Amino acid sequence: MTDELDDLRQAMDAATPAPDARRRAADLALASKNFAALQGSQDDTRQTSVGTRWGLLNGVKMMLNTMTTRGGLTATTALVAAGLLLILPGDRDLLSPPGPAPGSAIVSDEVLQAPLTLAEDAETFAAEPMVLQRSIAKTADLPAAGGRTRIAEPGLSVVRTLPAPVPEATSEEFASAEANPLQITSETPVSTFSVDVDTFSYSLVRDSLTNGRLPDPKVVRIEEMVNYFTYDYAAPDGDAPFRPTVSVSQTPWNPDTRLVHIGLQGTLPSVEDRPPLNLVFLIDTSGSMNQSDKLPLLVQSFRLMLGQLRPTDEVSIVAYAGSAGEVLAPTSASERDIILAALDSLQAGGATGGEAGLVQAYRTAESMTDDGEVSRVILATDGDFNVGLSDPDALKDFIADRRDSGTYLSVLGFGRGNLDDATMQALAQNGNGTAAYIDTLAEAQKVLSDQLTGALFPIADDVKIQVEFNPAQIAEYRLIGYETRALRREDFNNDAVDAGEIGAGHSVTALYEVTPVGSPARLSDPLRYALPEETAQSDELGFLRLRYKAPGESVSRLIEQPIAPGVDTPGDNGFAAAIAGFGQLLRNSPYTGSWTMQNAIDAAVATRGEDTFGYRAEAIRLMRLAQSLMQR
Amino acid sequence: MRLTNVMRMKTSDETLASAAAAGDADAFSALLDRHYDRIFRLAFRLTGTRAEAEDLTQDICAALPARLKAFSGRSRFSTWVYRVTVNAAHDRRRRHASRDRASSGWGDWEVERRARDAETGDRIDWLTQAMRALPDDLRDTLALVLDDMKHADAAAVLGVSEGTVSWRVSEARKHLRAMRAAEEADQ
Repeated sequence: MTDELDDLRQAMDAATPAPDARRRAADLALASKNFAALQGSQDDTRQTSVGTRWGLLNGVKMMLNTMTTRGGLTATTALVAAGLLLILPGDRDLLSPPGPAPGSAIVSDEVLQAPLTLAEDAETFAAEPMVLQRSIAKTADLPAAGGRTRIAEPGLSVVRTLPAPVPEATSEEFASAEANPLQITSETPVSTFSVDVDTFSYSLVRDSLTNGRLPDPKVVRIEEMVNYFTYDYAAPDGDAPFRPTVSVSQTPWNPDTRLVHIGLQGTLPSVEDRPPLNLVFLIDTSGSMNQSDKLPLLVQSFRLMLGQLRPTDEVSIVAYAGSAGEVLAPTSASERDIILAALDSLQAGGATGGEAGLVQAYRTAESMTDDGEVSRVILATDGDFNVGLSDPDALKDFIADRRDSGTYLSVLGFGRGNLDDATMQALAQNGNGTAAYIDTLAEAQKVLSDQLTGALFPIADDVKIQVEFNPAQIAEYRLIGYETRALRREDFNNDAVDAGEIGAGHSVTALYEVTPVGSPARLSDPLRYALPEETAQSDELGFLRLRYKAPGESVSRLIEQPIAPGVDTPGDNGFAAAIAGFGQLLRNSPYTGSWTMQNAIDAAVATRGEDTFGYRAEAIRLMRLAQSLMQR
Repeated sequence: MRLTNVMRMKTSDETLASAAAAGDADAFSALLDRHYDRIFRLAFRLTGTRAEAEDLTQDICAALPARLKAFSGRSRFSTWVYRVTVNAAHDRRRRHASRDRASSGWGDWEVERRARDAETGDRIDWLTQAMRALPDDLRDTLALVLDDMKHADAAAVLGVSEGTVSWRVSEARKHLRAMRAAEEADQ
C-alpha cells in the first residue's frame, strides 16, 4: 500500500499551477511601484504633482456641482470625461509590465499612503488597504481578460475551507429557505408575502444545467423561475400601477388539488412619458472580475443598454475596489462615445475601497436627482464582497438607509465561482431593487435592454400580497416559492415594513396549491373535537389583498378582490404552473408525487403559446436537460 | 553600500532584504522576483484555487514593501515571507468567515461541485476532497511540508514547534488513511 502522503504530494504537485506570466509581471510592477511610493512618500515633489492633478479634477467637479442648468452640466461633464480619457491611457502604460514604473503612476493620494498604514501592522495583514492595492494591479492586466480560461477549476474545492459564500442570515430570511410548508386553513387562514421580481435563480439554474449538472436545490427559488417569464395578464386601466388577475385551475401534478394563480401586471407607461433616469454604474473591478464572463461581458451588457437610453438620462460610473472612485462624472446618455470610452477604460485608475465606492455611488446618485427623476445604482459584481464593509449587516444597513433617500439599487451578478448569491439577494432586497444573474449576452439583452424600463423605472414600491383563505372551501393551502419573501401577518398593514417593488411593465406571479374541503388529496385529518366552523358560508375560495406605495410615497394603498370559485382552463399562464412544477422537481419537493419531468415538459409544451423571443422554448430545453441529468 | 547588479544576483536573500529595507529598489525587485513563484505556489496550496492564489499573491506583493520593515533579519527571508503568506491566507479566510458568518458548511456551490466530483473522480478530485476533509491547521501544515519543506522550517513559518508539525503530519496521514478505508468500504 502506498503512503497516502506521497499520493497527496503527487496530486498536489500535479495540481499546482505555474503563475501566469502576465500577472506575475503585473504583481512585480505593482510591488515595485509601492516600494517606490513608500520611499518617495516623504518626497514632496510627487505628492504635489499628484495633488495638482486631482485638484484640477476636483475643481471641475466643484464647478459641476455649482452648475445648475442641464445644458451646462452636459457641457462640463463632457469636459471631465475628456480629461479622464487623456489621463487614463498614460496610466495604463505606467502600470503595465515590465519592471517598475518610473515615477509611479497616476494614483490618488490614498493609494500612495495605503502601504504606509500597512507597515504599522506587523502580525496581521490589514484587510482593506490590500483590497485597494489589489485593484490597481488587477486593472493592469485586464486587457488580457478575454483570453483567460478557468484554470482555477481543478483545485477549486480546496478553497472551500474558506467558508463558501452562503446565505447571510438575518433574523427573518435566508436566501435558500425550506420550502413553504402546507398550511391548514382553519389554523392559519392568512398568508402574507412580498412580491419578488428577481430572476436570479432561473439564470443560475440555467447555468448549472447547461454545464451538465443539476442545480443545487437550494439555489432553486421557484418564484424567481416563474417570474422569469411574462404572462398574458390584463393590463391595468386608468391610473392604477398594476392590476391583479386571479384564476383557479387544475394542479398539473395533483388531480385533487387546485392552483390559485395570482398575477400582477404592472402598467407600462408609454416610454416617452417615463421620467429621466439617473444611472450610476457601480462596477466591481476587483481581481476576480478578470474573466471573459465577467468584466468584458459586463461592459458589453452596458453597451447594449446605452442604446436604449435617452439624452435626458444621465450616466455616471463608479468603480469599486478599483479606480479612483468616479470613473465618469454624470454624463448625458447622448454622449455615447464618452460613456463607452469610460467603460472601456475601466481597467485603469487609482483606488478606492468598496465601501467608499458604494458611498460614492449613492452620493453621485443623490446629486443627480432632480424632482421627478429616478435614480438608480446598478451594482455589477461577481459577488466577492471584500469591499471594506466587512460586516454584512453594516452593508445592508447602509443600503437600507439609502433606500429611504429614494435611490434604487439593482444588483447584477456575473460569472460563477465566488458568486455570493445570498448577499446579492440581501442587497437587492434591502435596496429596493432587483437581482439578476447575467451569464450570457442574451440574458443581458433581456435584463438590461428589453426590460430597461421595468428594471429601472419603478411604478409601485413595497408591494405586499395577503391572501385569506376561506376554511369552508379550502382545507389546506401551500404557497409555492416566495420562501425568502415571507412576511408576518401584521406586517401587511405596517407601512414601515419593506417589501419588493414592481417596475414598469413587470409582471409578478404567485401560485398557491389549495386542497378543497372534501378532497381526497387532503393531507391532514380534520380535527375531531374542533368547534363547528363558524365561517360565513361564502363560496369564495378566499380574499386577496394587495398593498403598495406609489413611488416616493410613504402611505400604502390597498387593493382587494375575492377569489371566485370555479375552475378555469389554464391559458397562457398554465406555463407558470409547468415552471413551478419544474422548480419543485429540482427542489425534490414532496408535493409533486409521481409527477415526472416528462410531465412538466408536456405541460410546458402545451402552454408555450407564441413565445416570440424563445424564452419558453429555452426553458423546455432546460427541462429536457434536467430530465437526462436526473436519469443518470 | 549600494549593490551592483552582478552582486545582486549572487547575494543572499537576507542581504538583499536589508538593502531593500534601506531603500534599494532594485534589491527589492530582485528579491521579490526570486521568491514570487514560491509565494504563488504556497498561496495556491493554501487556498486551492488559482483565482484565490492570484489574488492572495497580488495582495502580498502590494503590501510587501511596507511589511519589509518588519523583517528583522532574525529568521531567513524565505521563512519570513512564507509566514507573511500564511498569515495573509488566514486573514483572507477570516475575512470570508466574517462575511459569511451564517455559513454552516460548504455552501451551494460546494454541494454542486461535490456532485460533479463524484462523477469525474480523478486524482485532482481526490486531492481536493482529501484537503477539504482536513482541519485548517493540518492543511496549512501539509501545504508547506508537501512542498519539500523540512519540518523544522515549516515549524518556523507557522510559529509552532517542530514536534507539533510532525504530529500534525502524522494526524493528516491518519485522516487520509481513514478516508481511503472509507472509500474502499464504499466500493
